[in-house]
Amino acid sequence: MKSTSLFQAALVKEALKASFVKLNPKIIFRNPVMFTVELGTIVMFCVTIFSLNNTSQGSFAYNLAVFIILFATLLFANFAEAIAEARGKAQADSLRKTREETPAKIIRVIGEMYTNEIQIVSSSQLKKGDIFVCETGDIIPTDGEIIEGLATIDESAITGESAPVIREAGGDKSSVTGGTKVLSDKIKVIVTTQPGESFLDKMIALVEGASRQKTPNEIALTILLAGFTLVFVIVCVTLKPFADYANTPITIAAFISLFVCLIPTTIGGLLSAIGIAGMDRALRANVITKSGKAVETAGDIDVLLLDKTGTITIGNRKATNFYPAQNADKQGFMNALVLSSLADETPEGKSIVELAISQGMKVPSLSTDAEFIRFTAETRSSGVNLSDGARIRKGAFDAMRNLSEKAGNQFPIEVAEQVKTISSNGGTPLVVTKNEQVLGVIELQDIIKPGIQERFERLRKMGVKTVMVTGDNPLTAKYIAAKAGVDDFIAEAKPEDKMNYIRAEQASGKLVAMMGDGTNDAPALAQADVGVAMNSGTAAAKEAGNMVDLDNDPTKLIEIVEIGKQLLMTRGTLTTFSIANDVAKYFAIVPALFIASIPALKGLNIMNLHSPESAILSAVIFNAIIIPALIPLALRGVEYKPIGASALLRRNLLIYGLGGIIIPFIGIKIIDLLVANFI
Amino acid sequence: MNTEILGIILMFTLTVLLAIPLGRYIAKVYSGESTFLDPIFNPLEKHFFRISGINIRQEMTWKQHLIALLTINFLWFFWAMFILMNQGWLPWNPDKNPSMSADLAFNTAISFVANTNLQHYSGETGMSYLGQIVCLTFFQFISAGAGMAICVVVFNAMKERTSEKLGNFYNYFLKSCTRILLPLSLIVATIIVFNGTPMNIEGKASFISMQAGDTVQLSRGPAAAMVAIKQLGTNGGGFFGVNSAHPLENPNYLTNIVENVSIILIPIAMVFALGFYLKRKRLSLMIFGVMTLGFLLFLLPSVYLEMKGNTAISSMGISQQLGSMEGKEVRFGSAASAYWGITTTVTSNGSVNAMHDSFTPLTGMFALLGMMVNAFYGGVGVGFLNFYIFIIIAVFISGLMVGRTPEFMGKKIEAREMKIATIIALLHPLLILAGTALSSYVFVVHPNIGWLNNPSFHGFSEMLYEYTSSAANNGSGFEGLGDNTLWWNITCGIIMILSRFLPIIGPVAIAGILANKKYIPESAGTLKTDTSTFGLMVFAVIMILAALSFFPALTLGPISEFFTIQ
Repeated sequence: MKSTSLFQAALVKEALKASFVKLNPKIIFRNPVMFTVELGTIVMFCVTIFSLNNTSQGSFAYNLAVFIILFATLLFANFAEAIAEARGKAQADSLRKTREETPAKIIRVIGEMYTNEIQIVSSSQLKKGDIFVCETGDIIPTDGEIIEGLATIDESAITGESAPVIREAGGDKSSVTGGTKVLSDKIKVIVTTQPGESFLDKMIALVEGASRQKTPNEIALTILLAGFTLVFVIVCVTLKPFADYANTPITIAAFISLFVCLIPTTIGGLLSAIGIAGMDRALRANVITKSGKAVETAGDIDVLLLDKTGTITIGNRKATNFYPAQNADKQGFMNALVLSSLADETPEGKSIVELAISQGMKVPSLSTDAEFIRFTAETRSSGVNLSDGARIRKGAFDAMRNLSEKAGNQFPIEVAEQVKTISSNGGTPLVVTKNEQVLGVIELQDIIKPGIQERFERLRKMGVKTVMVTGDNPLTAKYIAAKAGVDDFIAEAKPEDKMNYIRAEQASGKLVAMMGDGTNDAPALAQADVGVAMNSGTAAAKEAGNMVDLDNDPTKLIEIVEIGKQLLMTRGTLTTFSIANDVAKYFAIVPALFIASIPALKGLNIMNLHSPESAILSAVIFNAIIIPALIPLALRGVEYKPIGASALLRRNLLIYGLGGIIIPFIGIKIIDLLVANFI
Repeated sequence: MNTEILGIILMFTLTVLLAIPLGRYIAKVYSGESTFLDPIFNPLEKHFFRISGINIRQEMTWKQHLIALLTINFLWFFWAMFILMNQGWLPWNPDKNPSMSADLAFNTAISFVANTNLQHYSGETGMSYLGQIVCLTFFQFISAGAGMAICVVVFNAMKERTSEKLGNFYNYFLKSCTRILLPLSLIVATIIVFNGTPMNIEGKASFISMQAGDTVQLSRGPAAAMVAIKQLGTNGGGFFGVNSAHPLENPNYLTNIVENVSIILIPIAMVFALGFYLKRKRLSLMIFGVMTLGFLLFLLPSVYLEMKGNTAISSMGISQQLGSMEGKEVRFGSAASAYWGITTTVTSNGSVNAMHDSFTPLTGMFALLGMMVNAFYGGVGVGFLNFYIFIIIAVFISGLMVGRTPEFMGKKIEAREMKIATIIALLHPLLILAGTALSSYVFVVHPNIGWLNNPSFHGFSEMLYEYTSSAANNGSGFEGLGDNTLWWNITCGIIMILSRFLPIIGPVAIAGILANKKYIPESAGTLKTDTSTFGLMVFAVIMILAALSFFPALTLGPISEFFTIQ
């Protein structure tokens, strides 16, 4: 994860400017709490002017001080939002920079014909449906899908990962991203997005606020905060006739100070910054979200669907053992399996050869006229036809049994037994035949990623159920599931199985997240509450999901869940803190309001503040500076600890609830000691 | 230990011990299981339901429940207005008491429909026996029954399922009256009748007092029945003007125990009933714990202060071994009076056995706070509804704090529910503070309007108390306030009606909406609401939201008075 310091000079400057722009009532109206503060500030401005010639509302200096502090409160809140926006924008800009104005080799269509006439245009002129060509050394001008060819691509500009990746037409790795570089070969790409509508563009718009919509939780919280604000409007407005009854004149400055201190300005001022920072954290984790809501939903996820390969196990299986059949000679078996694997470029094939070499086998050479038979889904086997006419095959157990039994050969019982043992140990058996005679069986084993058990344990403590999706048979799947520590698995999974599983979980009220890349994942990605598409995936998959992971890292989902939880927690804890602060503020301001006419109330001045003016000033100053003091927390987010909901609540109540009650008592007292020097 | 303190410990322990089996019984009644009264009432009820065209198996949605509740309340209001404004010529009026004026009848009708029983009249001179029986006593049953019935609707909504069918309102309503309120009232009434409370329809008795040989009129009437239900149904409207401080309403320490236990018995039993009904005992223990914590927080200092005596009197060098006895009955003493004062205010009962006006300032404040919170036990049925709102707000904030979209009993709390909860939470301070503010304004403009016997802080407390009592549907008076005037009758009437029905509509709407949402089973990430941690959260929300909004007002009333007479 890239880390930048919270306050970079350039960002701060930009944010400071924006703080003033955001004073515009039309903008601030979106935030009811801060809007009322702005109204109060305007009134205070008028009172300050009035007190130039008339001191019935307190001295000019005192009113001016209150006005300045209120104004600062507004600026601080605006600054919080602005700095969050600036950070998000800076992050997005650095991504966008890579794709600005690169030349594109576009293929013009003449009538119905695609000719090879290539024009060079600017990338900004590419429209959806245009086709362009990229050759070795070219920067890919925009997002698209390969329709012809294969290329190695350096995606480090967006992922930060230096190892090049292969992208090819057809299949699930056909997508290319603007700003990445072709290292070798030549591809023909069709543009999939309109200019200005790529995921990154959408993300930037979200962060910048223009298209930022409040998430459901944010709306509910805003309602609650507006309610708190209204309660204190009532408290302050009714205080006027109460005070008249008690013959206690209260200055406008005191009224407004009391009001501003009581309404939840801390959370009100930081609320949108928290939301933006959540999306920014996702972006820093190299995840592009299509909406703020998606991040929030991620925190609620109950079920996580994870593909086995790449997430739970390292890439591919490795050969770990060879078991010859009883009536086959070991040498012949070894020879056959090596021969059949020499031309096999798959990692499994290579691992077979490697294992054979490590067992002291001399690798035989394959004559040039030998014919390699590729693996297909129908035959579920691969192999080689040697020049002497011998047919060597290796493949799945039932496919090979069919093959040998069709040829009239009996499938050896001990091999069948061995197959079963391997399966139940989580391995994959590969049966080897020569001329339809069973020679033996190869055991392939999955290698579970180191550290993955701990991650699943962490998820379990968060209350998230993990489900492994694999094409393996149920026995193998069960073994790996148990070994990796996932809660459930879908074996022999077809795309519709994922979909059905998601539907079933959702029907029982659960929220499901999944990650996918292929076009056949698209329906499930769309069905899932949080669907994370890999950037390398097809356009259909990316369109169907609500997040795109630039790193193509299947374990990213775990991070996303934590980011979502952090977002909600930060809102909750700061709300608690903000409201808890009221206790101390009441004890600072209320005695100050009445002490002049009811001296007996000095008993209520438990903080022993210097004078009514200093008490009120201290409270508003504390109220103002707590906002910038909490900006780092709002931007970084409150740390999530998977210790169970009740323990987490206890912890946060202690820190932000009890802390929220105690800290202002101390803070106001200290500020009062300082302020008292000037009054 | 002091016998007076032992007395109140006995009362509280007795209440809780009785509330547990009663809660189980209440849960049985609402679950439709057979109870010992079925043989008597079932055949009778069958006919009533048939005549009214009610099929009790037909379940209602939350909206239908509210419509049923509001409709019958609307009709009751006119019934009450008619009786009260015509009782002068109607039968059963041996003392020839007059009919009520329109504004007083308006206030009284709302007051009894709304389970408040704020009394701007005095029973001896203001009511006929017909009015006492067919209007007031009758309303004390049905308003309490309606509150309990609507509470069961919320219980139903909390079940682990998705449904919009929440039982039949008329069934719950009738069962509340006949299976719960009626038998309990019979027991209580029997006890107090044998201790001297009258139950007859004869007019005033006269006797010649020892004091200068004057002939004195003594009011009597069908009091015992009314006293029983006024306590059990958190009504609080006494038969006689001075309520349970009257020797005939509350003759001795034993009746005082019985009546005081009755005040908080059903409110506590309803909390236990929730646990039995939903089979979520831990949840009901959490709620009971939070309520009891708040109750004790108000009770203990009050008992201490009343037993300590009035500092203003101490400073004159007068010994107060019995505590502060101004406005208290010698047969109850200061501790039992303070206990009654707090129980009657936290539960929205409002009957009194001592003059609240004469409590020491801070006891007066705790009585006020009990009504301002109005959810530490609270009124029968409706107390839980108020508490439910606080739960929703606490769930929302603490749900966020643990990083999950807030959910309560497996249902997600979203913007719509928060909107309703916020409005209802806002309403209570709004009504109390706005009412008091208007009255303060009027008083400042017309200082000679003659409302207040004690101007200054105490007078402010009197006005604040009157509106708080109205808004909490409590009905007790601080007294010392000239309240039978057009201004007070109308403003209190409006506040009572708003604060009775809106805080019913709100929680029922929330519960109904939640009931219809998808049920989400608990997972390790779900915030458990039946833990002490969450209880603490609810308590904090109540204290900060409900109590703190009144801090400035309380400062100008009881707190200033307290510091001034120190």
